[in-house]
Formats: sequence, structure tokens, C-alpha cells
Amino acid sequence: MSKYSIHLLVCGGTSCHSAESDVVVCNLRDEIEAKGLSDKVQVITTGCFGFCGKGPIVKVMPDNIIYVQVKPEDAQTIVEEHVVKGRKVERLLYRDPKSNEIIGDSKHMSVFKKQLRIVLRNCGVINPENIDEYIARDGYQALGKALTEMKPEQVIKVVKDSGQRGRGGAGFPTGLKWEIASKNKADQKYVVCNADEGDPGAFMDRSVLEGDPHSVLEAMAICGYSIGASEGLIYVRAEYPMAIHRLKIAINQAHEYGLLGKDILGTGFNFDITLRYGAGAFVCGEETALIHSMEGLRGEPTIKPPFPAQSGYLGKPTNVNNVETFAAIPVIILKGAEWFSKIGTEKSKGTKVFALAGKINNVGLIEVPMGTTLREIIFQIGGGIRNGKKFKAVQTGGPSGGCLTEKHLDMPIDFDNLIAAGSMMGSGGMIVMDEDNCMVSVAKFFLDFTVDESCGKCAPCRIGNKRLHELLARICDGKGIPEDLDRLRNMSQVIKDTSLCGLGQSSPNPVLSTLDNFMNEYEAHVKDKKCPAGECKNLMEYVINAENCVGCTACARVCPVNAISGQRKEVHHIDPAICIKCGACKEKCKFDAIFIR
Amino acid sequence: MSTIKIELRNEDVAKIKEICTSFKNDPQELINVLHSCQEHFGYLPAEVQEVVSGELGVPVAKVYGVVTFYSFFTMTPKGKHPISICLGTACYVRGAEKVLDEFKKELGLNVGQVTKDNKFSLSSLRCVGACGLAPVVLVGEKTYGRVAPDDVRNILKEYE
Repeated sequence: MSKYSIHLLVCGGTSCHSAESDVVVCNLRDEIEAKGLSDKVQVITTGCFGFCGKGPIVKVMPDNIIYVQVKPEDAQTIVEEHVVKGRKVERLLYRDPKSNEIIGDSKHMSVFKKQLRIVLRNCGVINPENIDEYIARDGYQALGKALTEMKPEQVIKVVKDSGQRGRGGAGFPTGLKWEIASKNKADQKYVVCNADEGDPGAFMDRSVLEGDPHSVLEAMAICGYSIGASEGLIYVRAEYPMAIHRLKIAINQAHEYGLLGKDILGTGFNFDITLRYGAGAFVCGEETALIHSMEGLRGEPTIKPPFPAQSGYLGKPTNVNNVETFAAIPVIILKGAEWFSKIGTEKSKGTKVFALAGKINNVGLIEVPMGTTLREIIFQIGGGIRNGKKFKAVQTGGPSGGCLTEKHLDMPIDFDNLIAAGSMMGSGGMIVMDEDNCMVSVAKFFLDFTVDESCGKCAPCRIGNKRLHELLARICDGKGIPEDLDRLRNMSQVIKDTSLCGLGQSSPNPVLSTLDNFMNEYEAHVKDKKCPAGECKNLMEYVINAENCVGCTACARVCPVNAISGQRKEVHHIDPAICIKCGACKEKCKFDAIFIR
Repeated sequence: MSTIKIELRNEDVAKIKEICTSFKNDPQELINVLHSCQEHFGYLPAEVQEVVSGELGVPVAKVYGVVTFYSFFTMTPKGKHPISICLGTACYVRGAEKVLDEFKKELGLNVGQVTKDNKFSLSSLRCVGACGLAPVVLVGEKTYGRVAPDDVRNILKEYE
């Protein structure tokens, strides 16, 4: 790469940054300067490595050694031991949660072994704030190839033949979308990048924007060339300040290099990109709502047709694609449609980025070929369930998706299989739940989200979801009746069938899929008034086991409502009528005498 | 609209006008204008919306419609140390709700409220994308990761 013989790559993604990776960078630089090694060792802030649960991450190249959970004060040790003496700092190496084996080389870590990184090719590898590093990794070559060697229709053909489907959720074929937009004649057309990642627990778009912003800019320019648009807009969440910051830098640098702006690469093609900010509305991920929001209006969806490709931003033909969809485009153009279409399953080509989170050992961002099974993702890449607990369910597709269970673990994941299983790909969030999670509460949680985020334009979504939420809340409070379960199912179906946009059409999925897969849990709530997972407060009762209680009075002293009575050295008693189920007594008891019934 | 009545000083009005001009008074830039105004004032009281309405030539009802539609915009001022608890799915399944309950109890506030001394305000948000650190709490710009209900009192102590 350059005169430097050692590179220290430090993750500067949001998760690692929040855990003070920026201070780690400063300390490393100070140490290196103090040792007089500034001309040999370079510290680079990169985008997300995808190993967020163990952040901050420091990777030493060319040794390929990854250090995890690095604290600012560890910088000195890393420099003194590894950089100067060439000895690995064992206590900072990754320990496999199952075998307890220490693994330093990232190539041998299960979290990276099964991955195929196309979209994330540069994340954690390059400095996202330096266009030269992107160019050094074949950046902007695809744009050059498209502009100088290909006609617009040839570009569209490659994208079509690659079989890529939109990564935003619905999975519409990208090439077809471009073709429709290119055929609609207009004096002005627009390319829009949907970076309004509203799905809670999903952070793949953010990681791409933070780790490799140029890949999106390059792809948008290629799209503009193929459909005949000279203006691009990125609609990005205001909640992602770092992504916005890096996008601004990237756009400026691309301008300086003549890769955006007028007469790009001397071909006469003009293309410019501006940013638009979201303001916290999940529904704006829906493309018509997004377009209204860009126009300065409330982000309410409208009926399709007309599709944005016919009449979109300011009434002009507009092509809207998601961040992840765009990020793969330059590689598809360079390596060809055939190469891409060989990856994945018959109807879902390429790779998919998933954000793994929840009760899993390796929380982070992964990219795998379509067709990988949930078992491989959760138990091999994800390292299994935290604290040795039992796997219960995984929610894919965010609030629009569904809960999948044990029986779905060996199903190859692609767009169609997920829909057949009652869930959906969505943008790629995967939240893993263990035996302590109550599935009725989880369904209620998602409905709570939907009720909050429904724009209110159509009645089924606005009123229906509220009613669904009320029913679920009633069940969790122990006031449910058996008829409620049928009512939940019927109402869900009506909301799905009659809502205006994708939000309402998919919002009952968490309810339906938990009804399908966890009926026994619903029945326990409604009929036995019990919450098997012990999460629903009103269905729990804290009881003192007379055999274990020694009468130390610790519980009675910590109880905020004085619900516990009993003399010193005598068995205590909790009055269920007063108890607010805060659990303070159970935490305080040293004798395991308090349990939940 | 807002129950809080404020009087805009001349320089406040000038600032709003300056922001609007920087976006060429384009009604399509309404959301960006509101972002800038909120950054400056900390919130968007009715009086600010009225000036924006006049400058951009957008009915004040429309401005209000946009402000209330998007959760990022607020019409109540935040505390000196705004506390936000992430209730994204990853944080939720790892117990964020219990953390929120603890903050409510300690501060005697509900979500969306401010303490009487204007020191703390409490809000919830959906996913800051730091799922590796779940449950996550933000106090101002500072992020706290893997927060347990027991940590709440110590976090608040830092700001005493």
C-alpha cells in the first residue's frame, strides 16, 4: 500500500465509536509517535468490521490479528507488545464462547469464516474519509467502464441479468426497476437512494454509509447514466450523524476528482448528488412516503400506481433503491452478471447483509450468500445464544416480519422462503430471542411500534393496529378471554388485506406468526393466566420458599411498598395484593428463597 | 398548539430568517429548515413555526402538520441533560424497558417530560444502531452501553 509496514485498523462505526474507539485511535497515535514509529506504523479509522458486540475492534495488518473490547488504556500495551516486540497481547484476543479457545487470526474466527462480503467489501478495510483508498480497491472503475464502454441499455441488461432484487424489503428486481424508469421519457429524472433505515435493530445501511460511502455514490451515478437522470438525492435519517458527515466528505471528494458534477471523466455525462434528511418516521421507508417527505411534506404514502418510475419526485420519473442494493452495483458491473447470478439461490441472487442482534453471542453485521440457513447464521456465525440459554425464536424483517422458530432453522433463507414461512426479508434485521422472552410481549412490542409509526392516513392501519395492540396488552395484563385469540387473527387478516401501504399490510405479521408458532404461550396467558417466560408482570407472583428463608429481613428492607412481613429469624411472607412485582426482593435474597410462580 | 408561550427576540427572528434564506426560502426544504431551527433553539415552539411559515410561504397549519408528524421534531424544550433510552428491538429484548422504568422512578418523570429545574428530560427513541451495546442510554451526546437498572442511579449522579 505505502511506506508503512504495519497498519492498525480501528473500527469507527457507531457502536465502536460509542465505546470510545476514537480515544483508542488518539492513544495509539500518541504511543506510536512517542516511540518514534510514525513513519512505519499507520493508524486508520475504518468503517464497521461487523463484530459490534465485541467492540471496539483493533485489527493489526499484515498479521491479520484482531483485538476485541479494546479500552483506551490498552493502546500502550498494543504498541509496546505487538508493534514493537511482535508479541500478541493475549488478554485482548477473541475467545470462542463455546470452546473457550483463543483465536487471534480473523481468518479462523467462526464469525468471519462463513461470510462472503460483496456489499461490505470495503467496510473495516479502508478509511471511508479518503477517496484514494476507495479508488485503490477498484473504486469508480465500474463508473468508468459504464460511461466509456457501455450504452445505458447495456448497463441495465447487466443489472437485469444479474438477478439482483431490491434489498429494501419487497425484493423487486433492480434491473426491471431501472428499465421502467429509463423508458419513461421526461426532461428531468431522479435517482433516489433510500437510506431511511427505520427498522429498529437493523443497521446495515448505516454501516455501509459509514464504512464505504463512495460505493453508493458510484452506483447512483451508474444508475443515473442508465436511466437518463442527472440528479441524485440521498434520503438519510437525521439519527445517523456520522453517516451524514461521511457522505458529505465523500460527495466533496468525488467532486474534486471529477467523478461527480459536470462532464464526468470527459464523457459529457453530468450527475450530482444532494442530501435530504429524514426526521424520524418509519413510514418514510415506503417509497411514495419518502418522496413526499423529500418534497417537504408529511411523509404519507399514496396509492400505486402511479409508481415513482412514472411519477415520483416533483412528478418526474424517479428510481428509488436502497443503500445495500446500490452498494453491490459497482461489483456487478465490474465482475459481470454471470458471476453475481452464480451466488445465492434460484430466485434470490447474490448475498444479503444481516444485522444480528438480541440474545446472541456475536452481535454484529454479517454478509452471507442467499440460501444460507438460520442455523448457520445463529449458531456458527453468531456463536449461539448468550449465557448458554436456549434458542426460542428469531424475528426477521423487523416490525413487518415474523418470528421463526426451531423448525425453521434449516430452511435456506431467501426472499420467497421467508414469505412462505410467514415472515419476510425486510431490510435484514435479525433479532434472536431466548427462553426468557415472552412471545406475546414481543408481539405487543412490535404493535406498539406500529401504532406509534402509523401515519394515520388509512383507517385499517390507524385504528386496526391500535385495537390489536389493546387486545395484546389486555392478554399480557391477564385480562384476556379465549375469544380474543380468534379476534386477533381475524383483525390481523383484515388489516393486511385493506391497508394502503406496506406498513399496514405487514404490521400484523408478528401477531400472526407468534399465533402460529407459539399458540401454547397465548393460551397460557388467556386460560391459565400465566406467563411461561416470566416476563408479564401482572401474571407473576413472587413467593417465599419457607424452606430456604432464614428470616434475614433483607427482602423486607428493600421492598419499596412494604409488601413483605415477618419477624427476624422467621419465615417471611409477601402480600400479593400489595406487591408491585419489581423483583427487588428476589435480587437481594442471598438464599434463593424467593421465586416466581 | 404549544402551551408554552414565548416571545421571540429580534435576533431570534433574524436567525430564523437567515436559516430560511440559506435554503433559498424553498418550501421543499421545509424539513431541512426545521432541522436547522431545532438545532439552534433546541425545540420548535409555535412562534418559531409561525416565522418559518411566513418566510417559506407555507401555511402555518402545514408547518405544524410536519412538525407533529416527525418524531425528531419536538415542541417542548429539552432538559439541560436530555436522557434518551433506546427502545429498539435489540435493546428491548435485552431489558431496555426495565431501564426506562428505573429512570422514570428515579426522576419522577414520564417520557416526554422535563424536571422542574430543567435539568433532565426523558425520552425514548428507536434504535441508534449501537445494538452491540444494548441496552443503550444516551445522555446528551454521551452513550452508555449495556445499562442495567442498577446503573441508573450512578449515571444520574454523574450530572449532579
